[in-house]
Amino acid sequence: MLTPFTASGFGPALPEIILSLSVLVLILVGVYSGKRATNIVGTGAFIALLAALIALVVLPSTGRATTLGGSFIGDGFAKYMKALVLLGSGAALALSSDFMHRERFARFEYPILVLLCTIGMMIMVSANDLIALYLGLELQSLSIYVIAAIHRDDARSTEAGLKYFVLGALSSGMLLYGASLVYGFAGSVSFPAIAASVRGDAPIGLILGIVFLAAGIAFKMSAVPFHMWTPDVYEGAPTPVTAFLASAPKMAAVAMAVRVFIGAFPEVVASWQQIIVFISIMSMALGSFAAIGQKNIKRLMAYSSIGNIGYALIGLAAGTPEGIQGVIVYMAIYLAMTLGAFACILGMRRGDVYLENVDELAGSAQTHPWRSFCLAMMLFSLAGIPPLAGFFSKFYVFAAAVQANLIALAVIGVVTSVIGAFYYIRLVKVMYFDEPRAPFERMAPGVEAVLVAASVVVMLFWLIPAPLVSSAGIAARSLF
Amino acid sequence: MLGLGILSGLLIVPLVGAAFILTLRGEDAEVRSNARSAALATTVVTFLLSLWAWSRFDASSAAFQLTESHVWLAQAIRFKLTVDGFAMPFILLTTFLMPFCILASWATIEKRVKAYYVCFLVLETTMIGVFEAGDLVLFYLFFEAGLMPMFLIIGIWGGKRRVYASFKFFLFTLLGSVLMLLAIIAMYWHAGTTDIAMLLQHRFPANMQTWLWLAFFASLAVKMPMWPVHTWLPDAHVEAPTAGSVILAGILLKMGGYGFIRFSLPMFPDASLYFQPLVYALSIVAIIYTSLVALMQEDVKKLIAYSSVAHMGFVTMGLFSMNPQGIQGAMFQMVSHGLVSGALFLCVGVVYDRMHTREIAAYGGLVNRMPRYAVAMLIFTMGNVGLPGTSGFVGEFLTMMGAFRSNPWVGFFSAFGVILSAAYALWLYARVVYGKLEKPSLKGILDLNAREMVMLVPLVLLVIYYGVRPGPILDTFAPPTELVLRSMQTAMATVKTASALRP
Repeated sequence: MLTPFTASGFGPALPEIILSLSVLVLILVGVYSGKRATNIVGTGAFIALLAALIALVVLPSTGRATTLGGSFIGDGFAKYMKALVLLGSGAALALSSDFMHRERFARFEYPILVLLCTIGMMIMVSANDLIALYLGLELQSLSIYVIAAIHRDDARSTEAGLKYFVLGALSSGMLLYGASLVYGFAGSVSFPAIAASVRGDAPIGLILGIVFLAAGIAFKMSAVPFHMWTPDVYEGAPTPVTAFLASAPKMAAVAMAVRVFIGAFPEVVASWQQIIVFISIMSMALGSFAAIGQKNIKRLMAYSSIGNIGYALIGLAAGTPEGIQGVIVYMAIYLAMTLGAFACILGMRRGDVYLENVDELAGSAQTHPWRSFCLAMMLFSLAGIPPLAGFFSKFYVFAAAVQANLIALAVIGVVTSVIGAFYYIRLVKVMYFDEPRAPFERMAPGVEAVLVAASVVVMLFWLIPAPLVSSAGIAARSLF
Repeated sequence: MLGLGILSGLLIVPLVGAAFILTLRGEDAEVRSNARSAALATTVVTFLLSLWAWSRFDASSAAFQLTESHVWLAQAIRFKLTVDGFAMPFILLTTFLMPFCILASWATIEKRVKAYYVCFLVLETTMIGVFEAGDLVLFYLFFEAGLMPMFLIIGIWGGKRRVYASFKFFLFTLLGSVLMLLAIIAMYWHAGTTDIAMLLQHRFPANMQTWLWLAFFASLAVKMPMWPVHTWLPDAHVEAPTAGSVILAGILLKMGGYGFIRFSLPMFPDASLYFQPLVYALSIVAIIYTSLVALMQEDVKKLIAYSSVAHMGFVTMGLFSMNPQGIQGAMFQMVSHGLVSGALFLCVGVVYDRMHTREIAAYGGLVNRMPRYAVAMLIFTMGNVGLPGTSGFVGEFLTMMGAFRSNPWVGFFSAFGVILSAAYALWLYARVVYGKLEKPSLKGILDLNAREMVMLVPLVLLVIYYGVRPGPILDTFAPPTELVLRSMQTAMATVKTASALRP
């Protein structure tokens, strides 16, 4: 049944509307502004993201507001996660412009695709039924397929795009199949309606539906066992694109997972908890073991991101407000860590050649003390060493797991985090203990800005943790 | 102001010094000398500040003092700094040893000097933080944060196998600690707070205590280190630069014992009683076995490292004897060992700087060329053996007395440690210092210079002073010890009544 459209009812979707209109305007601007198109559109896209962020922040945050016939929801959780998505996209744009010019594939379509992708991600975060979820997901995925292959003269980039497309299409199919099963057994596509109809013992068909949904979502999060694409795509895609893939879309994918499991199946926690626990354990284990042998730093970051999703899922497995708070805090801090790390990777340039081998970092602490210090802090933070922010992100998810009595999960989590610490500190060893090689070039200003911002968050979080943590708590409680 | 007191001052001053060193610019040689002067000044100021804290500290009270508390993670997890009679001596020990570490590095550290002193000053903040944390999460934060600077110190300025040693140090310690983190979280959910003073009032169910105790044990035993998880220590000691070894032996190892007396004994009394035989067994093995291992070492630093493990065995034995003599003796032993083993590593550093080898066989007859050195080394060796009149005796005697009271067999076996320690320490001294000066490379070796005298004389005086007058330190430990024992006795009494009531 369709409800008539009224202008006043679009309030919760204002940031998305701003972005959509900006995309339309920017395409026209890009077509007509000739050679300078890339710069103008890039700046315009950045401003559009900023405007969307401002609109998001000033939006009244009291309670839940739905629009578009109840399929789009604006609540504290959506607001928080959308802010992360926008920050991630903005930072990815800042990281990319210099790289694109140097590698000679700067085109104005890139910022526009990033904006489209951002709209898709924001819809995923705000989706309140399965249809909206799928629409957002596909908008995001289609944009990413193109972005991954945007360096079309580069075989690795096109291969990455194609790989991601084929596997992504498969996973979308699985997700759709799961959605249709859920619809069949629950009688509705709307999350509140599903939640109301699914109680007590879930029928086997519904559980099958949940499993397929989980498979599709796990693919988008790059969680084990649907992670196979991640290392190849991360390695093949141009580095700023990899930075983008590792940041904003992860926020959206995890938010989507929370929406689906907490929003639609709050009464059958037992049915999906074991799935999440399994995915979480496998991701943490694979993330920490498989990264040990990696020589390419982008592949290493791919395994690192797989492992990190495993830790974030610990919070979801708990299924409590504290757990979701942990997920939100985890993703916020992960965003800062991963963007900071990629900023450093983009700084590994000699002449016009961007380097990706871990050994190229050798002795960089002596040639570039500040940059290496920041990267070392990012790595220690990823390893979960206090007082860096990464420790607190792990602290909250483990706290939630212990509270929900998932002790075994928490123990496996901390043990794999020690194994993971090995490859992070191996990078520190390369930078600090080994003999220096030729220095790198200066960092581009955009990259430097992202690195500084990320470093401030990672290093000083422990002094003033309250704002981020308590607002995450409020956001998490808006779901329950 | 922000309501910052002396205790936060102690944390901030080293960081300010580190930040200042980072801003130094100019010629290489100039930066080097400015960096070490700044580091020395910072550590001295920190020491003076800690003396001021000591003067405002009432040692006759068991209460937590000089408390300051700031909003932090949550209402129940606060940034709380506080000290009591257990913590205060260790803070003083830390701030006291730091200037010696800077002096020990004065001439030997030539590469990446700025980074070196920054690492040490950051390390000092984390060590002080461990002892003055009034909140479990904050304690854990400082406890772990120290890994980063120490990892860099061993890895950058260490010896040949520095990479292996630094990784082993880092990963061993981390693996133990993460389990403690889970225990801290579990305690938070059970008690609703991580405030240490409030947790001391909280009673955990006996079954839960067992698990919490084991989790804390995993971390503290590695840090201590207890046999069989001590293997990281000899490697770390051998590879670390002299000052790193001093800090490792003097302070970092003490965090383990401090954790036992702060958390394991008073918060999990039932479990501590239950696991007493285990700790006794491991302590005895550590005392006898690692002493035997020490006897066979060919590397001076390795020998002292193994002797540290043996001495820490006395500490754990004394702590778990659960009587005033044992606990106070163990605490005293830690302070004394901090001075003695720190000083011994400084002595090793002195000859290492001249000869660039740590092999015992490379030395011999030093007394002929280095009489002053021989005297200092002799006093520290005697302190290590536990000769009456040195501080080492007091601790060992009291811990053995405590152990004897609780279990005569444990006391009996621990006495072998004293004999063996005399064997390895005196044999080491004989091989290094006595004998004929035959090796050509040693013919030109010089005695202690002024800097090294400044470094060793205060330690010599303190080792003797505390050997003769241990009162001041023991009196500081007495009130909190009494408090711990009283809370343990109530716990044990309830256990006994419960078992008596059982049909």
